[in-house]
Amino acid sequence: MSFTPHTLEDRDEMLATLGVSSLKELFADIPKSAHLAKLDMPDGISEQEVYDRLHALSHKNAHELTCFIGGGFYDHSIPSAVDTLSSRGEFFTAYTPYQPEVAQGTLQAIFEFQSMICRLTGMDVANASMYDGGTALVEAALMAIRSTNRPRIIVAGGLNPIYRRMLDTYTRNLHIDMEELPVDEGAVDRVKLASLLTDQTAAVIIQNPNFFGTVEDFSDIAAMAHAHGALMIASVYPIAMGLIKSPAEMGCDIVVGEGQSLGLPLSFGGPYLGFFAVQKAHVRKMPGRIVGETTDRHGNRCYVLTLQAREQHIRREKAASNICSNEALCALRATIYLSLLGKQGLTDLAKTCMTKAEYAKAQFAQIKGVRIKNSAPTFNEFMLELPCNASDLVAELIPLGLIAGFPLGRYYPELQNCLLVAITEKRTQVEIDAFVSAVKGLLK
Amino acid sequence: MSKLIFEESVKGRKAVSFPKPSQAESAYATIQLPKALAATHPVELPEVSELDVIRHYTRLSCKNFSIDTHFYPLGSCTMKYNPRICEKTAALDGFAGLHPLLPQLRRGEALTQGALELVWDTQRLLCELTGMSGFTLQPMAGAHGELTGLLLIAAYHKDKGNTRTKVLIPDSAHGTNPASAAIAGYEVISVPTDAHGDMDLEAFKALLTPDIAAVMMTCPSTLGLFERNILAIAELAHANDTLLYYDGANMNAMMGYARPGDLGFDVVHLNVHKTLSTPHGGGGPGAGPVGVKESLLPFLPTSIVEKDALGKYWLRYDRPKSIGYIAPFYGNFAVLIRAYTYLLHLGGNGLKEATEYAVLNANYIRAKLKPYYAEAYSRICMHECVFTAELQMKKGVRALDIAKALIDEGFHPPTIYFPMIVHEAMMFEPTETESKETLDRFIEAMIRIAKEAEANPDSFAEKPLTTEISRVDETKAAKAMVLKA
Ligand SMILES: Cc1ncc(COP(=O)(O)O)c(C=O)c1O
Repeated sequence: MSFTPHTLEDRDEMLATLGVSSLKELFADIPKSAHLAKLDMPDGISEQEVYDRLHALSHKNAHELTCFIGGGFYDHSIPSAVDTLSSRGEFFTAYTPYQPEVAQGTLQAIFEFQSMICRLTGMDVANASMYDGGTALVEAALMAIRSTNRPRIIVAGGLNPIYRRMLDTYTRNLHIDMEELPVDEGAVDRVKLASLLTDQTAAVIIQNPNFFGTVEDFSDIAAMAHAHGALMIASVYPIAMGLIKSPAEMGCDIVVGEGQSLGLPLSFGGPYLGFFAVQKAHVRKMPGRIVGETTDRHGNRCYVLTLQAREQHIRREKAASNICSNEALCALRATIYLSLLGKQGLTDLAKTCMTKAEYAKAQFAQIKGVRIKNSAPTFNEFMLELPCNASDLVAELIPLGLIAGFPLGRYYPELQNCLLVAITEKRTQVEIDAFVSAVKGLLK
Repeated sequence: MSKLIFEESVKGRKAVSFPKPSQAESAYATIQLPKALAATHPVELPEVSELDVIRHYTRLSCKNFSIDTHFYPLGSCTMKYNPRICEKTAALDGFAGLHPLLPQLRRGEALTQGALELVWDTQRLLCELTGMSGFTLQPMAGAHGELTGLLLIAAYHKDKGNTRTKVLIPDSAHGTNPASAAIAGYEVISVPTDAHGDMDLEAFKALLTPDIAAVMMTCPSTLGLFERNILAIAELAHANDTLLYYDGANMNAMMGYARPGDLGFDVVHLNVHKTLSTPHGGGGPGAGPVGVKESLLPFLPTSIVEKDALGKYWLRYDRPKSIGYIAPFYGNFAVLIRAYTYLLHLGGNGLKEATEYAVLNANYIRAKLKPYYAEAYSRICMHECVFTAELQMKKGVRALDIAKALIDEGFHPPTIYFPMIVHEAMMFEPTETESKETLDRFIEAMIRIAKEAEANPDSFAEKPLTTEISRVDETKAAKAMVLKA
């Protein structure tokens, strides 16, 4: 099977048109010595057989356990209409909308996506998407270095530890200094920050809510950064924007984040959705595609890729970024998801997550030896301090059908006894109660 | 002209409902964020019904040309049919519902054996397809693969104590190549193309100085031509300890016939959204897995899926020479499921057949259009063919005009103005999944357009005539900067 529609007659007629006698002759430019005898791969199999193999593989995964893991990637419910619409072939079998006359569907959807990201974050301009929240953050750091022409980045200790490592990978060869604020589940250490900020600082990076679940007003941090001519970058959780003051109101210059929560399945890590928004002054330094509104020759309103002079296909090595293909279909899903959620829906959903998390916190707090480690407000994720190793506890609870959370010792050796627990609207009170009593039972 | 979803909003209207807290949980609703932290106003999302949303996006979708609705010969993008079985397997609950942090729990790998096996087996098949020793599936697009590959090359040279500051890239290369090299910290040096469309070997020799870290090549090149000097280039590069990078955007021309690894390439990326038929999604998501030769294995990103002696799959994180994390997890996993499904479904024989018919289709278009349009280089092409609109330009008809005229004929335009070294370039990539009848209809349309350009060149300014909008004012878009509603 190769999905080639050619009959043997078609093939022979086409070869005759070319004046060659075999398909092989078309490959004459490949040096003889490099010709491959045969791929060492099994021959193709039928659709049914492929399905059976993949189905069997999917059953070797424990996806049916009740999951209390978040860590930046959340088990939210996805309305059916998101799948229905995003699986329309007119959307998913098209490509980058370079020809606006035959791509208004994609272009308008991206314009709506940009608008929704701006409304969520309070920012002026958003791009058409980045690969994921991690690469979006890396691009934000690189953009700050370019725009300020300064070599230093200060990173808050509450940044997702995986994103923190990604920053190192991408900046290693670029003569950039990463300066770290202490890891703390609570507020950013302002005194330490003040001591690090200089006229060489390009940006301060913060995550809100931070990796440990704590929500913070970082307006004063933005003011400190700005006083030194540095940019303020925040990585945010979009669902939390239903309850938390927008990053723009807190003084951000660049806002990025992971859009997986907006209608994308967890899918073992991807595809996800990076979003990227800036204040207007920075738009020409922004990476990625941007769609703008305009008119056609009849004066009709329409949409088109714009400000392309920043991009690799025009500027090559001087481009703002190397990104070409992005996560357009994921952005479409997010746009549909947010349309279905609506104005009141986002506030309600965020409130539901927070209320359920507060319920869970209160139940855990009653267990002897267990403590909620966050001293400041949280949204839907919090840190439990246990009287035992958190990895042990998680392993013990798996046979009971639940994944208790993420043991923080994996990334922070000093936090071996701490567990990061996330609650979404999908976790029922029954599930939370079962989790709490299982912990109680274990610690007895 | 259609309304924006925001313009369909009616105060108080609602679509779907989400779970609410139970009665016991609701007792905690009084706990709120302090004023300094709390949202000052609700986010202005549209207030619409579910049916409003369905109609709005269904209508929008109908304004697109897509593979499902139109022949889409967009050069360099391999717009082949996307088999539906791949959508079905990617959506299986046992994959879609899997949290990426699960295998990072103690003994957590046992919870994700199926997913890890899929990653491992895909790595193995891609090694065989390309002739490489190891693969990472983490890069999330072609350009991301390029950057990853260049970081691997930088790590290789650093480890050997080599000081290399520059990368050679042919002038025909895709814009992501120089952009990726720059972001990786390299200076970019452009290598000219000779009169036959191959790399200018003499110029290459002169540019191959001891500070060259790598040569980034696309093979077949973006001119749709197989690089005939490739073995000589590889030998010269390796004698200089310069690594050879393979941009795999055009791998659809080579499957089963030759492997980049056997041609001397040290690092390759594949575009699974091209060669392995994962959907393009209106611009993404794709995936850009990167393969390397033995000498670069230690540098591959964190983590790598391995198989132990008992047949269990596990993630190796402890790799001291690794470049580190280039993505949070294991790549665009659901895209990789589609690629794996496609690989198994086609098998070695099917992949080779796909390549053969991709090349046959491109040469058929080339042969039939030759009398009417000027070829950029007159040679047997691989999976795509490049023409220039120079003949038509004599009458003032540009590649852009021809593209717009094709829309009226019911076809998606080719890639235009790329490669940049071809004046008024038009790049056609039909792919193997198009029938002779479709190609014939397309060829007839192209011939009609050539005749119209001769007879009535002024008519092009109005084209396309069949679409809802026509000839967009790009200058106004850039000036007005209306980038959101
Ligand atoms: C030759 C070539 N190289 C690289 C790329 C970049 O790939 P991606 O868009 O997946 O980042 C493309 C994409 O069109 C291409 O055609």
